[in-house]
Amino acid sequence: MSGADRLLLDIRNLTVAIPGRHGVIRPVDKVTLSMERGKTLAIVGESGSGKSMLCRAILGLVPSQGEILFQSHHTGKMSTGALDRLRGREIGVVLQDPLSSLNPVMTIASQIMEPMRYHLGIGKRDSREKALELLGSVGIPHPSERMDCYPHQLSGGLRQRVAIAIALACNPQLLIADEPTTALDVTIQAEIIGLLSRLQRERNMALLLVSHDLGVVAGIADDVAVMYAGQIVELGPAGSLFERMQMRYTRALFDAIPGIDDPPHRKLPDIPGQPPDFNALPPGCRIAPRCATAGEICRQESPPLRVDNDDRHRFACWFPCEQEGASR
Amino acid sequence: MSIQSGVNLLTVENLVVEFPAAQGGKIHALSGVSFDIKNGETLGLVGESGCGKSSLARAIMQIPPPVSGRIFLGGEELTGISGKKLRELRSSFQMVFQDPMASLNPVRTIGSSVELPLRAAELDRQFDVRQLADEALVSVGLDPEQYFSCKPAALSGGQCQRVCIARALIGKPKLLICDEPVSSLDVSVQAQILNLLHDLKAARGLAMLFISHDLAVVRNISDRVAVMYLGRLCEVAPFSEIFQSPAHPYTRALIEAVPRPDPWQPGGRNTMCGELPSALTPPTGCRFRTRCPRAEDLCAAVQPELMEISTGRHVACHFPL
Repeated sequence: MSGADRLLLDIRNLTVAIPGRHGVIRPVDKVTLSMERGKTLAIVGESGSGKSMLCRAILGLVPSQGEILFQSHHTGKMSTGALDRLRGREIGVVLQDPLSSLNPVMTIASQIMEPMRYHLGIGKRDSREKALELLGSVGIPHPSERMDCYPHQLSGGLRQRVAIAIALACNPQLLIADEPTTALDVTIQAEIIGLLSRLQRERNMALLLVSHDLGVVAGIADDVAVMYAGQIVELGPAGSLFERMQMRYTRALFDAIPGIDDPPHRKLPDIPGQPPDFNALPPGCRIAPRCATAGEICRQESPPLRVDNDDRHRFACWFPCEQEGASR
Repeated sequence: MSIQSGVNLLTVENLVVEFPAAQGGKIHALSGVSFDIKNGETLGLVGESGCGKSSLARAIMQIPPPVSGRIFLGGEELTGISGKKLRELRSSFQMVFQDPMASLNPVRTIGSSVELPLRAAELDRQFDVRQLADEALVSVGLDPEQYFSCKPAALSGGQCQRVCIARALIGKPKLLICDEPVSSLDVSVQAQILNLLHDLKAARGLAMLFISHDLAVVRNISDRVAVMYLGRLCEVAPFSEIFQSPAHPYTRALIEAVPRPDPWQPGGRNTMCGELPSALTPPTGCRFRTRCPRAEDLCAAVQPELMEISTGRHVACHFPL
């Protein structure tokens, strides 16, 4: 495969602008990202950093500027009909809360059959058979007994498996999972992340995993992008990023996770304050007001996304961790 | 467990909570739970969704009162009291709920929500409620001038949780029950709230019952840890021992499920088979046996009691690890 063929999703300078009472806000601000076929990209950030809005923009659910190329096709130029064929068929979606993303008055079988019948024109009997197969492959025990259940009859973990089965019904090239485990217990979370990773490998499907927890993404992501206030602030292959975090913000997100192997009663290094209001973004680096090492330049000029030694590892900081003391 | 007043702040004995279900069935939310919390101690309570953690918290708060069993707080029996007496006593045991946005009244100002417990206990004639509310807000790191007359919608999730903590603390409780207080928060905000709880505990000598499904969070904050499965306690032990050498197979499975932020050793494996059984028809004998890799015939026949295997360490298992 040539480079262009390997590339599944190519996002350039994507901006989502939403007019509000106090002027236009940009929850996604000039984001450039790309994903290869069959790879897992994790997007990590705090609430309100624009992660979910980015997913919506990729799906064409919110108007955006910039380019989104999916399999070399410009989704911004697609007709509504063409977009409809893309969503649910080429791109599957799993959302955070399975109870509110499933239809409460439809059986789970009919919800899994729906995309197959709509997108692929598969008949009732065949799609039911495929739905049964899918329920098995997402790890639902006794799928034939569960098929005609309604969502409320299932536990949270099983519901999320059903949501995954629906997303996979048409064999998508890309699966977008927006905080798929945040509403679930740790044990179920482990199962769902393991399941997503297995399905991704088996189907050679690309996975865009959104999470606020670096711990959750560590085990399965090929690449990790850290988002803050609508921008990508650090991006790189998981190995390189976890080994040499260049942004203090990324490190702070990492350190804030209580570890099971930590010394107990460890004072967690939290990040003071909260993400900025999109209506009143600080000039310069958007993290500067929360960053202990921010200098004069940080408050004036916004740092460009620059390249680390590894050309795929990028970060946007004037004073990255590894140059500590060297240039100041 | 015996009652040793003076040492134990909270003593819970043989607590049973059941809810009526369709066709005369019963949901066995709690089946004979006993434990205690010492003055100034934090007991972490872990378990999966649906295991009865929240039912336990609510039974202690008397919302609703348990079916049977006894609860003592500082020597006073909480079971069987109601009305005015209960409202007065409530100042000494307060609760923080999981979803901070949902547990604040959206049309009340932050200040009036924080003041409410004092008004409910009819203490507003004795004290300057406004000043106490200001103090409570300051103690959780919120500026009263800025936030007193805000509505919850103007605050972030983390700030709302701070307000809920301020509201719980205004009556100067001895016991704070936190039911998944950080589960709906981001890791960065979670760290802020955990640190805040730590500081408050140290400053006020608070005892806490800290409920969470996340063992890493519980490890961070607890002095002792109780593990619950389907309405029964599996293991109660000091944090130093439970994480190093879990004695109950369920505890070990929970520890193995915690993801580690390390791409080379991610952890996060689920070693249990199957789903949590229904609390309508819990398994006979040991309730964990249907998912336990070590289960034998004995486990189905005889229910293991919570036994002390070494000092301060209790396990309910026929074949502990």
